[in-house]
Amino acid sequence: MEQNYNHPEWHKPENLVYKRTDLLVDRPLSYCPGCGHGTVHRMLMEVIDELGAQDKTIGVSPVGCSVLAYDFMNIDMLGAAHGRAPALATAIKRLWPERFVFTYQGDGDLAAIGTAETIHACNRGENITIIFINNGIYGMTGGQMAPTTLEGMKTATCPYGRDVATMGYPLRITDLIVHLPGVNYVTRQSVHTPVNARRTKKAIRHAFDIQSQKKGLSFIEVVSNCNSGWKMSAVQANKWMEENMFPYYPLGDMKVDGVIVEPKSGTVKE
Amino acid sequence: MGELRLMKGNEAIAESVIRAGCDGYFGYPITPQSEIMEYLMAEKPFERTGMVVLQAESETASINMIYGAAGTGKMVVTSSSSPGISLMQEGISYLAGAELPALIVNAVRGGPGLGTIQPSQADYFQACKGGGHGDYHMIVMAPASVQEMADLVKVCFDLAFKYRTPVMMLSDGAIGQMMEKVVLPDPIPRRTDEELIRQCPWAATGKQKDRDHIIITSLDLDPAGQEKVNLKLQEKYRQIEENEVRCESIMTDDADYHFVAFGLSARICQKSVDLARAKGIKVGLFRPISLFPFPKKEMNEIGKKSKGILVVEMNAGQMIEDVRLSIDSHVKIEHYGRFGGIIPSPDEVVRALEQKVIGG
Repeated sequence: MEQNYNHPEWHKPENLVYKRTDLLVDRPLSYCPGCGHGTVHRMLMEVIDELGAQDKTIGVSPVGCSVLAYDFMNIDMLGAAHGRAPALATAIKRLWPERFVFTYQGDGDLAAIGTAETIHACNRGENITIIFINNGIYGMTGGQMAPTTLEGMKTATCPYGRDVATMGYPLRITDLIVHLPGVNYVTRQSVHTPVNARRTKKAIRHAFDIQSQKKGLSFIEVVSNCNSGWKMSAVQANKWMEENMFPYYPLGDMKVDGVIVEPKSGTVKE
Repeated sequence: MGELRLMKGNEAIAESVIRAGCDGYFGYPITPQSEIMEYLMAEKPFERTGMVVLQAESETASINMIYGAAGTGKMVVTSSSSPGISLMQEGISYLAGAELPALIVNAVRGGPGLGTIQPSQADYFQACKGGGHGDYHMIVMAPASVQEMADLVKVCFDLAFKYRTPVMMLSDGAIGQMMEKVVLPDPIPRRTDEELIRQCPWAATGKQKDRDHIIITSLDLDPAGQEKVNLKLQEKYRQIEENEVRCESIMTDDADYHFVAFGLSARICQKSVDLARAKGIKVGLFRPISLFPFPKKEMNEIGKKSKGILVVEMNAGQMIEDVRLSIDSHVKIEHYGRFGGIIPSPDEVVRALEQKVIGG
């Protein structure tokens, strides 16, 4: 049957099942098809929209694939130097305590060059939200080894696979952050299925509520794919992520209201 | 009339920062300027004016805190000394690229490397010629006394906001540590958030319904766009060179010979002028206060009437390049420098004038 997408019935408010939030700018994303960034952007902007906080939010974007996040998020934003987003966010929140302040960072930005800024912002218990996209690779620069690259995983700078004896171990930085007393909420999520995307959105909402209540830092790791960097199709990449990334980076809440909890799904491969 | 106090230079800066209505200080301890943060922490401006004071985990973090705060229109300052300022260069380049106002105090110490904690002027090039990557300048002010340090704080903040550019106060260990009487400026209240939003429509303060979202960045991947950014910056620097030159001439009217010096060296040369004149040598002192913009025209005027110039610096010869570029006559221009934290005595400066310029 031929469908008429311009049929007036389709545009009645009661038949509306999805609408792009106005907080996402209407322009093509710069991300590869299949990448998780776009979904996380949407979850984040939907939360801010639902809170009615467009005028009360200041975001900080990183250097990496999401360097241009400010082009897609219809809120005031600052682009940080590589790794320094938590330093910017610290000062912004201290000087604008009634604004929601978040950073959006990748694994190279947050867990390699920006490790010091990450750890110390967390340790000071800055009342900000850090959203950390972990896809185990440097996407923007062309697929080099990241601090989170799994053992044996091949990248442009470890073409024979990550050899932990010479290249170090994949860094579970979120597991370190859990132990810092200034951190109120830590969770590890994904966006590769609708149910996981909804859980991520719920986590972001919780993180923003924590900011309102001035309870300390909230940290959300999103384990994501990089089908281009991993040289897989989007479907293959999501399957590979489930089979390889989730065992090492198990999903679930890790700290709630200042209390450390065991992740429910997945087991840690030692 | 302001309040009269006996203070260290570093303390005078800190107190003047509070009185200028500053919103925040972010810094990391390093000798010889740690008194700035120590004074602020003890003085509790967060109770006096609401000003935020935060000790960061590194100079890298503190300059990026400055970047974040400045991007939201807040009036902020950091301070450090040479090795710490080297760490800040990336952030300063970002501030210049994103056109953000900030005050950076550098109490210069001897280098290179970890060098020494004693005073030096070896970072003239780094301060005046860019320092970080890309074609940019900071406005650079060089105080020669505790009073001038106090006075320049407000001047630097005003210039930073007028031109939306990072401004450096280039001091050194000696001026920062010496105690002098100082008349403090009258306090100015901090701007309210509403005033800030009105005065800084470019700042990322939270998207209002009646305007587009604001993006603070130094990134433009399109070469044509990035060239435009650079042309805009160069036009700004031209305007700064046109309008913001500051310098002082001491006993230059009847002088045959001239010292040219900034900051602490100028302070020493003031005494050298007296010593030389007591010996019958007519010497004057030309002191650039703004190092960028360098007082080119005024320097050239001195060059036209001078029989010989001695540039005195606590480095191997850095400002002398700007002196030479400014003077289009053939007057003899020599350099006298000490390094590594050694402060020249007024006597040796006079001897250098006699040997290198008059007798040489």
